[in-house]
Amino acid sequence: MIALGLFNYWAVIVLMMVGFYTLIARGNLVKKLIGLNIFQTSVILMYVSFGKVEGGTAPILIEAAEHGAEAAEPILYSNPIPHVLMLTAIVVGVATLALGLSLVVRIKEAFGTVEEDEIQSASL
Amino acid sequence: MSQNLPALLVVVPLLLAPLAALSGRAKIAWGIATAACWWTLYAAISLLLRVQESGVIRYSLGGWEPPYGIEYRIDLASAFVALIVAAIGAVTIPYAGTSIAKEVSEDRAPLFYTAWILMLAGLLGIAITGDVFNVFVFLEISSLSAYSMIALGQDRRALTSTFQYLIMGSVGATFIVIGIGLMYVMTGTLNMVDLAERLPMVESNRTIPVAFTFLTVGITLKLALFPLHLWLPNAYTYAPSAVTAFMASTSTKVSVYLLLRFFFTIFGEVFSFEQMRLNMVLMPLALIAILAISLVAIYEVNVKRMLAFSSVAQIGYMVLGISFGTVLGVTAGIIHLFNHALMKGALFMAMGCVMYRIGSVQLDKMAGLGKAMPWTMAAFVGAGLSLIGVPLTVGFVSKWYLVQAALAEGQWFVAGVVMVGSLMALIYIWKVVEVAYFQEPDPDHEIIEAPLSMLIPTWVLVIASFWFGIDATTTATVATQAAETLLGAMP
Repeated sequence: MIALGLFNYWAVIVLMMVGFYTLIARGNLVKKLIGLNIFQTSVILMYVSFGKVEGGTAPILIEAAEHGAEAAEPILYSNPIPHVLMLTAIVVGVATLALGLSLVVRIKEAFGTVEEDEIQSASL
Repeated sequence: MSQNLPALLVVVPLLLAPLAALSGRAKIAWGIATAACWWTLYAAISLLLRVQESGVIRYSLGGWEPPYGIEYRIDLASAFVALIVAAIGAVTIPYAGTSIAKEVSEDRAPLFYTAWILMLAGLLGIAITGDVFNVFVFLEISSLSAYSMIALGQDRRALTSTFQYLIMGSVGATFIVIGIGLMYVMTGTLNMVDLAERLPMVESNRTIPVAFTFLTVGITLKLALFPLHLWLPNAYTYAPSAVTAFMASTSTKVSVYLLLRFFFTIFGEVFSFEQMRLNMVLMPLALIAILAISLVAIYEVNVKRMLAFSSVAQIGYMVLGISFGTVLGVTAGIIHLFNHALMKGALFMAMGCVMYRIGSVQLDKMAGLGKAMPWTMAAFVGAGLSLIGVPLTVGFVSKWYLVQAALAEGQWFVAGVVMVGSLMALIYIWKVVEVAYFQEPDPDHEIIEAPLSMLIPTWVLVIASFWFGIDATTTATVATQAAETLLGAMP
């Protein structure tokens, strides 16, 4: 049961390793970037899981009047800070991916290939 | 205004960056970049003076009280690092004006200066922020702009080396975010002071050592400690000359500062060094960096690449100082951080002058340059002497403090390695001197001295490296005080 309860974190580890492996093992520069992106995305999932409180709702102030009697009990909120932090991380990830892909375009123009081994033999 | 100076230090460059991009003309963009650099120099000097006078400056951004809002927290160490970054920026920007006009095409130059300003803002932000997630954001601002500037190098290999740097740099940054996330989930705070208070309560939990490990790997990748330095030599070699000079003297230095900040202020010396045994990792790696990478530098025939390898070795000295975990050791690390920024900036700028005139920095192309470009090569020799550690130069001051720190710990072997590293620096600097002064120039090519707009900034750094070598009291006092604050030896 513990393993199942930590399902999110298992997903994070699997995604992280898939991304990291692709990043290291693949020779194609575009695939490397995709690997990097999966690696970064797994961190986003990790942070979002940190912030989620079981049964918690979005952190919005709810008027007592709309709920009547129910509002007497306190409302459980999820922690919004990790979620907000990840908005920044998503922007950073997009910027990195965009810069990386534009580099690949220029590498393709300069070397005529996006395979790492062919580029290496061309640079010698 | 003076009250908001900490925020303005970063915000002014951030606002000027889009203006430079919109200007569309290289000259105007350069003017804006110069304004940004000189403004940050003014702000950094006044912040350092204020910190020396009245202690730590705490500034809540947007009026949000910490730990809820982002706090800028400037103590002596951060003010000192901010001053190094701003000073190097202010010295290299006049140089960049001439050098970049030759190396980067006119239509790309405005965007180049935009990236330059953003990198400056990012590095300054890392130095003064008191919020760990903010560190990550500024780190990525500075890294992304560094990638785009390196990619503007003339050689097509600039592109592949940028790609390599981008992949490794992003992995390092992601490791840092994972570490920050794990710290946050255990403590519920991102503020550095708050973290330092709350971490001891939870440090028996396994999550904290894991966070520590992720941060160590991420930061040592960013500061290019052996064996995570693979991105550095190519990136420095193929970047435009001005970018190499700017990056070599600032970006790895700021990462060393991050190392100090995380391991001493946040985790605390006791946890980092006694529980996690950080010195058992840092010291061997630093020693290998000094010996092995200096050896690689000796056999290098591209002088810019040789200096890049030498940078990795010099980072070894800084990390070695830190790895002692004593006030003396950390002082040595901080002094070398400043001194190395001066001398390596000067060396790379001298190579930029050579690149400007002969279009290459290969050793065999530099025959007889001592006669053709006397001022440039004299600057190279001056800064080279400092790299070797000859008395009356800043290099000697660094080595002196390092050896003292090693002997205070009874580490004779380490002191010996520092000496051997200096001898190896002598060999690779001598190789350049020999070719430039004792070989006959190629009579077919008429080579003239580099323009004054490049020589003056180079000589400013060379003279500074002698000035602070002859009178080291200013730097030594500030570095000692900064080390004492970091180690908590002083309230």
